[in-house]
Amino acid sequence: MLDLLPQFLVNGIITGALLAIPTIGFTAIFAVLRFPNFAVASHATVGAFAGLVANVHWGLPAVPSLAFAFLISGVVGLVSDEIALKPLRKHGALTTAIASIALTIVLENIVRFFFGNELRGYDLPLVRDIRFSDIRVNPQQLENLALAVVIMILVFAALKYTRMGKAMRAVADNPGLADLKGIDAILVGRVVAFAGMGLVGIGGMLFGLGTSIDPLTGFRFILPIFAAAVVGGLGSIPGAVLGAMIVGIGEEMSALVLEPAYKSAVGFFAIVIVLTFRPRGLLGERAY
Amino acid sequence: MLSWLFSVATFAGIYALLALGINVIWGMGGMINLGMAGFFALGAYASALATAAGGLPIPIGLALAAGLAALAGGLLCRLTLRLRGDYLAIVTLGFSELVRLIAANEIWLTNGSDGISGVPGPWRSELTPFQFNMLSFALVATAVIVVWALAERLRRAPWGRALRAIRDDDTAASVAGKPIRRFKVQAFALGAAILGLAGAFYAHYTSYIAPDIFRPLITIYIFLALTAGGTGNTTGAVIGAVAVVLVLEGSRFLEGWTSVLGGVQKAALREIFIGVALIAIMQLRPLGLLPEKSPGPFLERKSR
Repeated sequence: MLDLLPQFLVNGIITGALLAIPTIGFTAIFAVLRFPNFAVASHATVGAFAGLVANVHWGLPAVPSLAFAFLISGVVGLVSDEIALKPLRKHGALTTAIASIALTIVLENIVRFFFGNELRGYDLPLVRDIRFSDIRVNPQQLENLALAVVIMILVFAALKYTRMGKAMRAVADNPGLADLKGIDAILVGRVVAFAGMGLVGIGGMLFGLGTSIDPLTGFRFILPIFAAAVVGGLGSIPGAVLGAMIVGIGEEMSALVLEPAYKSAVGFFAIVIVLTFRPRGLLGERAY
Repeated sequence: MLSWLFSVATFAGIYALLALGINVIWGMGGMINLGMAGFFALGAYASALATAAGGLPIPIGLALAAGLAALAGGLLCRLTLRLRGDYLAIVTLGFSELVRLIAANEIWLTNGSDGISGVPGPWRSELTPFQFNMLSFALVATAVIVVWALAERLRRAPWGRALRAIRDDDTAASVAGKPIRRFKVQAFALGAAILGLAGAFYAHYTSYIAPDIFRPLITIYIFLALTAGGTGNTTGAVIGAVAVVLVLEGSRFLEGWTSVLGGVQKAALREIFIGVALIAIMQLRPLGLLPEKSPGPFLERKSR
């Protein structure tokens, strides 16, 4: 069993990198809008299906399909936030969180209404696994990994160097002070709702590329996403990446001791362990 | 027809128990439990296994269901006590997924996704289905009345007043010398026990449970029931639950009229409706249709 360790580690790094993308979206929304947005589940599904339409129905390759998934889930994220969640924020984070679950049910069922419950797959060229001595990797997985890394670099660059990125960090860090400086918190909130859910949509499609998708796709990833965000520190974007890596590697490594069906339970135990010993997460709650 | 009415009423009673449980946790305690389905499932499986596989009498199954759910709820609440409520939301949701995973995968114990059938019901073999429905309704209704009376009594008792004070302002309550953490854990465990009890009633009434029955959707049904009825209002919780069951059952009649849509689409439309209704009520009537009665300020303000 131990000779499989390098293989599990590689799988874990790939899973972790893919998980990092939606986790960044979730944690960024938490940092700026101050509530756990459970609608990430349905937005991952929306992104996965938007990518499916672009890829299967229009015949686009993977990268433009991912861009389309980003755009559609971002727009859905922005519009649904404006209509459903924004008016509730004044009643508190928990009320908004409940509404975000209701929103997830609504969006998931809109997808179900049009696409049904069948499993669907993307239209990608089949390629043979590459072997590095004992480790086997699918080129598609490598491509996904590369895409995830590029997206992460773009996100960090945007946060560090653009005016909007700086404004986002300011609002996340200290909304009162940001307001005093004349930063438009409403505009920042809209950009975060769009970009955050866009990233979640990309995440949904990236996961789907490896397997197949149905309306419940997003819900299956909700636990690892939360776990990654909590482990890294809720609201911390570098924490999201770190947490995603830990949960991703943990999930794949769990195959050494657990049945594969319990992979997704790893997230729950990661949350429990971190909350017991380091309640604010590994990197704390500072956004960046 | 009458038998069907009793069956709908029994489900309404089970939903009312769930709403009462969530009302203790969220309405009175201000703590969020998004893993309601997990506690519901835990109670259902505990009682079903104890009676079907363990051969224990049903009342012991009910007690076991309530006790196990209370234990799990107390532990989860204890874990996130020092943190903001958001963490409890995430942990409880994770818990319900874990329960579902265990129910689906520990086949030796739970028979996996095939579920457990043949859960004993009280005198099921000696009664006609109609009599059984009537008896079940009577039992569930009794449970609802007992839990309602207990919750109402607790709400007015010093314990409930302190709990609501903590919900509204925990700093002020702790300055007044209330042990906040103990109150919160107690409230969460008590609410979870009621959820577990509802699960046990469900198992004994339907005689069949499977992991798919305890989907997160049911959590939304109950939050809709509670929000519609008035968060924090014990009577409102029961009325809200009955209203939600009526809407769910009523939509079945509407389904008969439309033949253009497939079954999946009709189910999807119903769930869309439930979600939209919850968000709309939260926005338009944030205190619910029957708001919690507040004693009001000690001295009425003159202005306004």
